[in-house]
Amino acid sequence: MESLLEQYAGIVGHEVIDHLRQLAGPLKGMKILHVNSTKEGGGVAEILNRLIPLKRELGIDAEWEIVTGDKDFYQCTKKMHNSLQGNRDDISPSLLETYEKTNVHNYERLRDKLLGADVVFIHDPQPAAMISHCSDRRNRWLWRCHIDVSRPYRPVWKYLREYIRQYDASIWSLSDFAQPLDQPMYLIPPSIDPLSEKNMALPEKEIKEYLRSFGVSRDIPVLTQVSRFDRFKDPIGVIESYRLVKKYVPVQLVLAGGGASDDPEGEQVLNEVKDFAGDDPMIHVLELPPDAHRAINALQRGSDIILQKSLKEGFGLTVTEALWKGKPVIGGDTGGIRLQVIDHFSGFRVTTPEGASMRIRYLLKHPEIRKTIGKNARQFVLENYLITRQLREYLTLVVGMVFGSEEKIELRMHER
Amino acid sequence: MDIQGFRILDCALVAIATGVKAQTLRELRDKLKTAHPGCFFYHFWGGLLNPHFDDPEFQNDFAVWASRSLNDSGISEKFAVIDPYAFENIEDVRQELIEVIEERLSQTEFVPWAKTGHEFHFIRSQIVVFDTGVTFLEPTEMLHAIPRMSLGSIFYHFIDARRRTEERKNDLSLWLAAFGDTYKKLIEDLDNIDPFFISLTRMRREITLAFNKHLKVDA
Repeated sequence: MESLLEQYAGIVGHEVIDHLRQLAGPLKGMKILHVNSTKEGGGVAEILNRLIPLKRELGIDAEWEIVTGDKDFYQCTKKMHNSLQGNRDDISPSLLETYEKTNVHNYERLRDKLLGADVVFIHDPQPAAMISHCSDRRNRWLWRCHIDVSRPYRPVWKYLREYIRQYDASIWSLSDFAQPLDQPMYLIPPSIDPLSEKNMALPEKEIKEYLRSFGVSRDIPVLTQVSRFDRFKDPIGVIESYRLVKKYVPVQLVLAGGGASDDPEGEQVLNEVKDFAGDDPMIHVLELPPDAHRAINALQRGSDIILQKSLKEGFGLTVTEALWKGKPVIGGDTGGIRLQVIDHFSGFRVTTPEGASMRIRYLLKHPEIRKTIGKNARQFVLENYLITRQLREYLTLVVGMVFGSEEKIELRMHER
Repeated sequence: MDIQGFRILDCALVAIATGVKAQTLRELRDKLKTAHPGCFFYHFWGGLLNPHFDDPEFQNDFAVWASRSLNDSGISEKFAVIDPYAFENIEDVRQELIEVIEERLSQTEFVPWAKTGHEFHFIRSQIVVFDTGVTFLEPTEMLHAIPRMSLGSIFYHFIDARRRTEERKNDLSLWLAAFGDTYKKLIEDLDNIDPFFISLTRMRREITLAFNKHLKVDA
């Protein structure tokens, strides 16, 4: 059976895989531990699901653990998430106490692994406080932030910053997100996995079958937004855009949301969306389980235009997924969408439902432009946003941390 | 004459935020005065090894920002033509950027500014260089290897070499020169590859074409 790396070579080229093997040479046998809060749902879990086996194949002893907590813990971390993205959402002392206690509990449970690893990657705020309990550590800890922290609600950021400043370094998706800290702040955008069920090529028959099962017709243009039911993703604004378009062109809207186990607000937002959609048969609000990867893949491939009209966005991996499938994307002018959606090249960035509706109508009117944009989009992702690029940057970072902090590190053969 | 073989080195880059940003042209000038020296390499060349949109108009980040965020095409064009390798060292590049801004500020009645969220972020980079273990003794041996060279190798031997070598040239041309006049035409073609406005993939293709033109037996 073909190894994972060989399978990627078929997509990105053998030279890219050889490059990864050589870069990983000095890290062979090293123990690297990743910790986040969920194994399913959300971009972080999806990437870790593939990064860990890839690192192992390169000879690195990589492991992945999750922290667990009760409803109050997730309510607290959801509030942290929202506040870091700019919501003025104060967190009560009792919820913060739950956060701290849950981190102590998880630290005790994972202590041996945390102290035994050479490098520890802690993802997002949920497990961030564990670091304060291991003052005797001799390994390196990095905090990986997947959230748009460009304008955080200061009281919450100030609270969290006391933990983050204890890390040896932090990693941010974009320079706009990086908050001033007295530590190296690496910039590594996330990526998608072209071999995963969510991104692999699908037979046309399967795409048709999925659309049929969701009641989506292929005879009328399909607009789709795939994202959690979260106010920052602006699902209400998407419905407003759709309503403006359908005054001129017959069109269908799919709002497909996968839940994540660490998001307690999702159900409330979903109900708001359903109420707003009313009984319009052309709006399909789909609640998909976290493992509905093939269904999401089919929906994206079966759509004419993909929307990601976020008001705030970390990076926007659903945008990357859509571009990879050769679809033009109309996205909010925020966060990582700015890196990916370039006007007239891979789609359009918009700030209002009105703006989105104009761009939708323009693209529906010009199928040849949709085709050109789709071709650009796929090539753009191939060169910049596949998992092999993210892995390369993680490896470079770890080599940098182990072998020195100079601007240029030259490894001699015996070090490899 | 005993000519040493050509060792293929490779490199990988990771970007590091400095936390320094500028929202107006005046702020950019002030921050340039104290910016980390590594920022200049990153903003002129680092993008080639970093995920980004290949801007068809401008090669360096200063020009892109001036055009897209300040909407000042005049200064954008002045930034765009700055070739960092035409200067003795990074400090001279820093000074040139500052002078271009000073000149612009003296001509305008208001200071160009960017919207919040569109500031210029100073970024530096860390590069890891490693030996691939591959050495070529004869230029003809490289014909089939160049199309398979990693983009990191292309960057190291064609971009990084220009700041590393005394002659400010790419490594391959310097190595080929050791063979006397044998590869004179090939060296000329390699030296004529303009590293501005093209991606590393395109640069690899142009190097391959030059080798095929001069060294392929049936050429």
